[in-house]
Amino acid sequence: MALKGLDIFKLTPKTNCKDCGNPTCMAFAMKVAQGAVDLAKCPHLSDEAKAQLGDATAPPMKKFNIGAGESVFALGGETVLFRHDKTFVSKNLYAVNVCEGSFDEKLPDIKRVDYDRLGERMYVELLNLQFTGDAGKYAELVKKALDAGRGIILECRDAAAARAALELCAASKPLLNGADAGNYAEFGALASEFGVALGVGGNSLDELYDTAAALEKLGNKELVLDVGSTSIKDAFAWAVQIRRAALRDNDRVFGYPAIVNPARLAPGDEYLQTALASLFTLKYGSIIVMEKMSYAQALPLYGLRQNIYTDPQKPMKVEPGIYPLNGAGEDALCVTTVDFALTYFVVSGELERSGVPLNLLISDAGGYSVLTAWAAGKLSASSIAKFVGEFEIESKLKSRTLVIPGKVAVLKGEIEEKLPGWTIVVAPNEAVELVKFFKEYKAG
Amino acid sequence: MAFKATPQKFTAKINALTVGTGDREISLGGENVFPFYSFDAPIENSPKIGIEIHDAGHYAGIPGMDEYYAGADTLAETARRAAAVEGADFLAVSFDGAHPDGGDRSVEDCVAVIKEIADAVDIPIVIEGSKSIDKDVKLFDKISEALSGRNILVLSAREENYKSIAASVGLAYSQKVGAESAVDINLAKQLNVLISQMGVKSENTAMNLGSAAAGYGFEYVASTIDRVKAAALAQNDMMLQMPIVTPVGAEAWSVKEAIVSEEDFPEWGPMEIRGINMEVSTAAACLAAGSNAVILRHPESVKAVSRFIKALI
Repeated sequence: MALKGLDIFKLTPKTNCKDCGNPTCMAFAMKVAQGAVDLAKCPHLSDEAKAQLGDATAPPMKKFNIGAGESVFALGGETVLFRHDKTFVSKNLYAVNVCEGSFDEKLPDIKRVDYDRLGERMYVELLNLQFTGDAGKYAELVKKALDAGRGIILECRDAAAARAALELCAASKPLLNGADAGNYAEFGALASEFGVALGVGGNSLDELYDTAAALEKLGNKELVLDVGSTSIKDAFAWAVQIRRAALRDNDRVFGYPAIVNPARLAPGDEYLQTALASLFTLKYGSIIVMEKMSYAQALPLYGLRQNIYTDPQKPMKVEPGIYPLNGAGEDALCVTTVDFALTYFVVSGELERSGVPLNLLISDAGGYSVLTAWAAGKLSASSIAKFVGEFEIESKLKSRTLVIPGKVAVLKGEIEEKLPGWTIVVAPNEAVELVKFFKEYKAG
Repeated sequence: MAFKATPQKFTAKINALTVGTGDREISLGGENVFPFYSFDAPIENSPKIGIEIHDAGHYAGIPGMDEYYAGADTLAETARRAAAVEGADFLAVSFDGAHPDGGDRSVEDCVAVIKEIADAVDIPIVIEGSKSIDKDVKLFDKISEALSGRNILVLSAREENYKSIAASVGLAYSQKVGAESAVDINLAKQLNVLISQMGVKSENTAMNLGSAAAGYGFEYVASTIDRVKAAALAQNDMMLQMPIVTPVGAEAWSVKEAIVSEEDFPEWGPMEIRGINMEVSTAAACLAAGSNAVILRHPESVKAVSRFIKALI
């Protein structure tokens, strides 16, 4: 049973010493109750209090990293089942399944999808190295994968092959996915010896539960639960029940991230894999293994992930700057809107559809929508004039006409005062009207 | 020590809404668990898929569509071809061409269009409007009259025109009414309350909460639907228990990822595959959040989402 903040507060020293990094003991207690802070951050708790609180305040879902160097990825640490209750914290990771025979063919395609969206690098984070029965070939595969610059999953239930692989790649902290009810003692020991996280599967949810519990007893505290590949229906049922048991029922045995494998659930069916990856992005897949990751799949899937894992309290922003559209040169008309990502995408999409060359000027408006930014004073004649100055628009661009959002038509006069020589034009209120507006503007 | 599963079955239910008649009649909603949680309790009715055409035929701007609909020279044939796509449970007809700025097709012409379509197919019909508040009022009235007895769902009663639409579509012609609001739980609930106050039973209404393509603010869609379902099931909020119908095709096929040409973005590959992935991903995410039906444009998307639903139910 989860403890309330007040119950925890009673056991703190109540000195408000700030040693834990929080302003007061009360604030600390509240955060511990939410699972956001570890109890151990308070250096002054009595042993008695620690014993009393210990288990009850541990976060409901473990959080740990896999990978090393530049490829370190966080898993787990979720505290809510629905993002509107707070926020999701560790975005799901994408892996592409490779085996000895397919690696060379697949690697260039895997590397091709690598782009930036709103400051986040979108690429295949992990390679799922599937063991196909030959330890020697598997070792060759591991060697090749080490040069690819991605995180590694060793999907291997053969203890000897797994050991050989770990001897090659333990330093890059792979995930060893291979424990089950039959081999868990041996695999648990392997994972401990090499200091890597361990993936565990089972023939039923009960079996998985018992094996995970047994592994934890052996000291394996960094587990990833494999929801299996018997059926799509079961994989989803397991993923939901695992997460729900951990977060709603406080069942620590299932307090670990889950790995799902659409590559095996829907082999050869690109669209179904896309649908499954979308499902597991919303509901509880921490690692999603795909057969491949084409641009056509990546564009919606990474966009969806970025949406779902965005912090409701922090709006997504685009970088301020000049965004030339439709091959705009320095003579093209200037258009401005705010840096709120949703506004930017909608507006730039419509502007692109108009086919008219335009320079879209994005100023720092605090990541708010047009009206909110205006009301908060983040979008004003001064902020626009300041942007024009700081980004040296007048030396970079030749056009002296600026189109402003219809919703802030009131700013027209004031901007004209602050930007002498510029003509300010008011756009329609709604983005959907922009295509028509600019087509006719061009014609007129 | 085995895993102790604690099912999350609710006493409240989503209303089951029937659309269409005879053998092809469908029921939307009816479940008392979260989407696809069939491990908690059996799902009453699986989510449904609509295939969308518009008043002048198929969506010719979408790659692959001209090929699929090749030879379908009449609306009747287009409708038959759409209805024949494997996995299509209903036909959605959008009256894009009736908007005053988009062709301004007359109400009489629109009625002729829908009659030709309705005579050609026996699957349930869902009507999407012209997106013009005033035009929709007249349009829906005449269409509901013309398709009297077909038990159609008219998707777009909005805050500004719900009174007339509820009165004609829902009360005068006993068709099903879809309440369309922006992506916001409070606005959705308010509109449902208003429509029910007009005397349209909540068992005869559906909700369209709007959508967004994957990557384009989908977090609002997911969280709104999550919250609507939680209120409907966990708190027994009867004004949010209507099944949710989400048009996905229009959103998916308008974002950059789906419409820029391969010449401009050679790395991205063929436009058709990009668009289908966008449509499928968005639809799967809507269904995962709780939509009881999605409306799609590309036949391949319909087939893929159908495989997805079958695998989960």
